[in-house]
Amino acid sequence: MFGVGFFLALAFALFAVGAFGVLTRRDPLVMFMCIEMMFNSGNLALVALSRYLGLASGHALVFFVVAVAAAEVAVGLGIIIAIFRTEKDVNVDHLSELKG
Amino acid sequence: MNPLLVVLFLPLATAVFNRLFGARLGKGAAAGLACASVLVAFAFAADSVLGLAALPAASRQVLVHVYDLLDLASFRVGFDLLLDPLSGMMILVVTGIGFLIHLYAVGYMHEEDAGEYARFFAYVNFFVFSMLTLVLAANFLVIFTGWELVGVSSYLLIGFYRGKTSAADAGKKAFIVNRVGDFGFLMAIFLIWNAFGSLDFSAVLPHAAALSPGMATAVGLLLFMGAAGKSAQGPLHVWLPDAMEGPTPVSALIHAATMVTAGVFLVARCHAIFELSPLALGVVAWTGALTAFLAATVAMVQVDIKRVWAYSTVSQLGYMVLGVGVGAYTAGLFHLLTHAFFKALLFLAAGSVMHALHGELDMRRMGGLWRKMPLTCATMIVGAACLAGVPLTSGFFSKDEILLMALRGPHADFGLWLLGYLGAACTAFYSGRLIFSVFFGKPRDHHAYEHAHESPWVMGLPLVLLAVGSLAVGLLGLPGFLTHWQPFTDWLAPVFADLKAVPEASASRALVLGLMALYTGTVAVLGWIAWRLYTGEAAAHPADGEATSALHRLLWNKYFFDEAYGFVFVRALLGYSRWLWRWVDQGLVDGTVNGVAAAAQAAGDFLRGRVHNGRTRQYAAYLAAGACLLLGLALIYHR
Repeated sequence: MFGVGFFLALAFALFAVGAFGVLTRRDPLVMFMCIEMMFNSGNLALVALSRYLGLASGHALVFFVVAVAAAEVAVGLGIIIAIFRTEKDVNVDHLSELKG
Repeated sequence: MNPLLVVLFLPLATAVFNRLFGARLGKGAAAGLACASVLVAFAFAADSVLGLAALPAASRQVLVHVYDLLDLASFRVGFDLLLDPLSGMMILVVTGIGFLIHLYAVGYMHEEDAGEYARFFAYVNFFVFSMLTLVLAANFLVIFTGWELVGVSSYLLIGFYRGKTSAADAGKKAFIVNRVGDFGFLMAIFLIWNAFGSLDFSAVLPHAAALSPGMATAVGLLLFMGAAGKSAQGPLHVWLPDAMEGPTPVSALIHAATMVTAGVFLVARCHAIFELSPLALGVVAWTGALTAFLAATVAMVQVDIKRVWAYSTVSQLGYMVLGVGVGAYTAGLFHLLTHAFFKALLFLAAGSVMHALHGELDMRRMGGLWRKMPLTCATMIVGAACLAGVPLTSGFFSKDEILLMALRGPHADFGLWLLGYLGAACTAFYSGRLIFSVFFGKPRDHHAYEHAHESPWVMGLPLVLLAVGSLAVGLLGLPGFLTHWQPFTDWLAPVFADLKAVPEASASRALVLGLMALYTGTVAVLGWIAWRLYTGEAAAHPADGEATSALHRLLWNKYFFDEAYGFVFVRALLGYSRWLWRWVDQGLVDGTVNGVAAAAQAAGDFLRGRVHNGRTRQYAAYLAAGACLLLGLALIYHR
């Protein structure tokens, strides 16, 4: 029963949950976690299809995604801490100085 | 090199040179150069014409190809010059009388500073070049080019005193009224090209009979529209009296002797087309006769001496047009020749009076001037005698010939003769009135009289030469019953060899002599009336605005032509322009432009306020929506 369809469905569910979280939560940390969840749903789909099609490239690509996500988290958390220090507030709805 | 090229391009070269460097050369050099170029052009023109006269009469046509203007597969037009008896006569008039007027201008313009002086001579030389282009043209494109160039030079010279608004306005008026006529000329050229596929005179005029009668009438009428504009025939005459705002030598050269005769020249040149259409010829003749009469009546009441001569010029041009309109081309052209002499003389003499009186032109403030300026007086009397048609002067012979042809020529009509005769009577009256008011009687303005003085020799010499010329030129066209020596008719005979009915008087000697006696009597009686009216202490000049009768008011206001045009055309045009400005330009065009800008700005404001609002989650939602959209499209169209 754990065919490729199951994994794709799981990836879709994870992605939907993540997207819902990004759109509804105002806390940047939670939004970050949701974004990570969306990344990993993508990773799951990649490895599942890679295995199903017998190709190695999907596996390789996942490592890149993991590496980039790690770097992105490092930069993103740095920015959030910097904002918190200056604004004493990290509600994303209040952060709109750069809209022009 | 062909001497015609020197005739044509030397005045152009000096015009350009004087315009560029004349101001730095100083007055003497600029004037000397300008006069010398026209004199040399005259010498070369005389040489060309003598060369032409040496040819057998039937082959007196010299074609000079300067270069190709247009060389398309089906259509070739060259810058071609044609020297034949007609253009030969014209180039002698233009350069000969042109030289005398240049000489006169040396004295007349001496109060201008060096820059203006050089500018004046540059423009006048440019006019000589333009006029020579017009008369020497061998095809319709070149003649039209010359036609426009003389218009430009006329515009430049009428508005020469550029500080004066009235001069600038007069220049514009001349240019715009001429546009109306030129439109007709251009249409005629298009029709000719359509019918013949060529614009060369040699390809069109000898084969004019191939035109259908309707087409010949259309071409003739359109050509005459151009001719009427340039030759100031009613109702397009209104620009010429105003053109007197220009310096007097310009009035003499352009607006009396040469440019304004271009219309007569054009009709004579294209007579093969006009001969095909009795209607077109009739329009030409009646326009000429009416203009001759009406302009002469207006000249009877004007008090500005240059304006009197201006209306007189319109009237005399009417006689020339009447002449060519009744098929008496030689008579019309003979009047052109004599008129060139005596009207140039009259304008120059008027300029001499004006010069002596420091710009005074109102004959009501003159009188008794013969004691102060005998030379000007004597020469002007000669000119006025020619104009009035005193027996044995040139004007007598040329005008008589036209009137005889109007009565007995191939397209004669008694009405034409009657108008011409009445006009001649008016001419005698206003000529006498002007001479007697200016030179005889008691001085009416003593201050001006005391300061009057005879003009210097550079102005006097042209007057004398023109006076001699005015008298002598009549010998070239004596009436047929006096002598068989007819140099003018014989000279032009090859040009009009194609005419079927040779306009030799079908009139008896008794009729000719009777008419001459009638004219002589009329001139004597009207001259005597003018003498009685205008030499007394209380000369019969009403003051400005004082109208002695409805007729006087009508004539004083020149038949209200300017007012009528002002009402019908100028006001309508202004109203229409204002409507275009308010509604079409400001409303429609500006509205569209401003509307587009406002719409872009409103859209931008909307997007900035509602879409680009700085809410991160909303951006994320757009991103998600976009992704869903793309995914959906991919799903639908993935095959």
